[in-house]
Amino acid sequence: MQFMLMFAEPAETFVMRDDPAQAGAYWGAWTAYIAALGQAGIIVNGDGLLAPSTATTVRVRGGKREVQDGPFADLKEQLGGYFVIEVPDLDTALDWAARSPAAEAGSVEVRPVMPPMPQG
Amino acid sequence: MTVGAARETAEAVARRSYGRLVALVTARTRDIAAAEDALADAFAAALATWPERGVPDNPEAWLVVAARRAAGKRVRHGRVAEAGEAVLALLQEERSEMETAATIPDDRLKLMFACAHPAIDPGVRTGLMLQTVLGLDAVRIGVAFAEPAATVGQRLVRAKAKIRDAGIPFRVPEAEDLPARLGDVLDAIYVAYSTGWERAFADGEKDRGLSGEALWLGRLVTELLPAEPEPMGLLALMLYCEARRAARRDAAGRFVPLAAQDRDLWDEALVIEAEGHLRRAAVAGRFGRFQTEAAIQSVQVQAPRGQEADPVPLVLLYDLLARFHPVLGVRVARAVAYARRDGPEAGLRLLDEVAAEAASYQPYWAARLDLARAAGRIAEAEAARERAAALSPDPAVADWLRTR
Repeated sequence: MQFMLMFAEPAETFVMRDDPAQAGAYWGAWTAYIAALGQAGIIVNGDGLLAPSTATTVRVRGGKREVQDGPFADLKEQLGGYFVIEVPDLDTALDWAARSPAAEAGSVEVRPVMPPMPQG
Repeated sequence: MTVGAARETAEAVARRSYGRLVALVTARTRDIAAAEDALADAFAAALATWPERGVPDNPEAWLVVAARRAAGKRVRHGRVAEAGEAVLALLQEERSEMETAATIPDDRLKLMFACAHPAIDPGVRTGLMLQTVLGLDAVRIGVAFAEPAATVGQRLVRAKAKIRDAGIPFRVPEAEDLPARLGDVLDAIYVAYSTGWERAFADGEKDRGLSGEALWLGRLVTELLPAEPEPMGLLALMLYCEARRAARRDAAGRFVPLAAQDRDLWDEALVIEAEGHLRRAAVAGRFGRFQTEAAIQSVQVQAPRGQEADPVPLVLLYDLLARFHPVLGVRVARAVAYARRDGPEAGLRLLDEVAAEAASYQPYWAARLDLARAAGRIAEAEAARERAAALSPDPAVADWLRTR
């Protein structure tokens, strides 16, 4: 079964990425985590995302396009990246979510990926 | 055997068999609703016919045949759910094994762990377990928890969809996760017990059934996990409460506090059974929340007639319980235990520590009333009396607080 792990991080954590004093610790933790996922052979795909300050949100209302600076909603934690993994069940997915650096600094949402649409 | 006893036996077997079949199917398909749909008519037929005609030799096989027959009728009436058919096909596959009842896998424990999974809304776990394992309907669960049946039904449907779609596993957790996850299962059972217990009095004994269901689930978990001490602790705790049921009210229906209860009304057999479970639990050497709560009950039951229980072991047990389970109720009871050992001022100091969270918590104000009065703080005691009485859900307790 495929699950998406969505890593939400607080603003301080996004700051760590580019702060010379903290970047080593930040990226080191993620590198170790990604290596563990890779070794387990469960990665379907995944990406890190640039900081929410780079986000642009678009809506179409009454046929009119509304483009706005910033993410979906102004929350304390914002999406920092995701992985889709193939594991037997939710408990295994939760174990992997809990091991990620985002679990301690922020939070991780775990959701099953929609099964493929029936063909024909 | 009396008619009533025959009915009880038949219902118990029907429940056990129904729960086993629902568990058998859902452990393979994760689809609780489909299993219930396929088996609902058969279960209703069993509840209607077994008490009169007797329990069949192989109840599970009987239910599967009855479910097929009911599905056949539904086909003729043009209303059959595909999912229900899939369930029946699956049960049919298992049926050869079912002919010898002893070999049917018992997946009810897996089902309970799925119902009490941390990914399921805590407010619906108890109802989910009562419905899937015992076959209680949403109306009955709604009555028990004082919620509209429609609301309960919706929450149950949502929870079953989550179990089916979210990948919640049907298995007994590994050793390292077992204590925490088992705690969720036991919590859900205890919620059913205490809800039944409180409402039995609020409703004039109409709903003591729910406590009975909780005891049934508690016994089931001790049978299915015989090496775990906490289920035995929970069972002991429920049995101690059960033993004192008749003494909690006087002839006029007035509330009687523990120290003033007529011991001749306590059910000695249940006390002995509770003590036995608690002793067996202790052998494992792994103490936990429910064993501690049961041990507190034991100390109270063992107090000499007409005397309050020895506060020294109670303080130790409450310190322990506050570590396992630091909820408001425990911290208030711990303050009372300290007051009994070290005087009312000691207890009032501990109550002050929880005051901010306890503004609308009845037991806090009842404890404040007692301790403030013992400390000679009359105005404070009177204020606490009014708050405690106003917050009592049970009118008998409110009367008792106002008149003492």
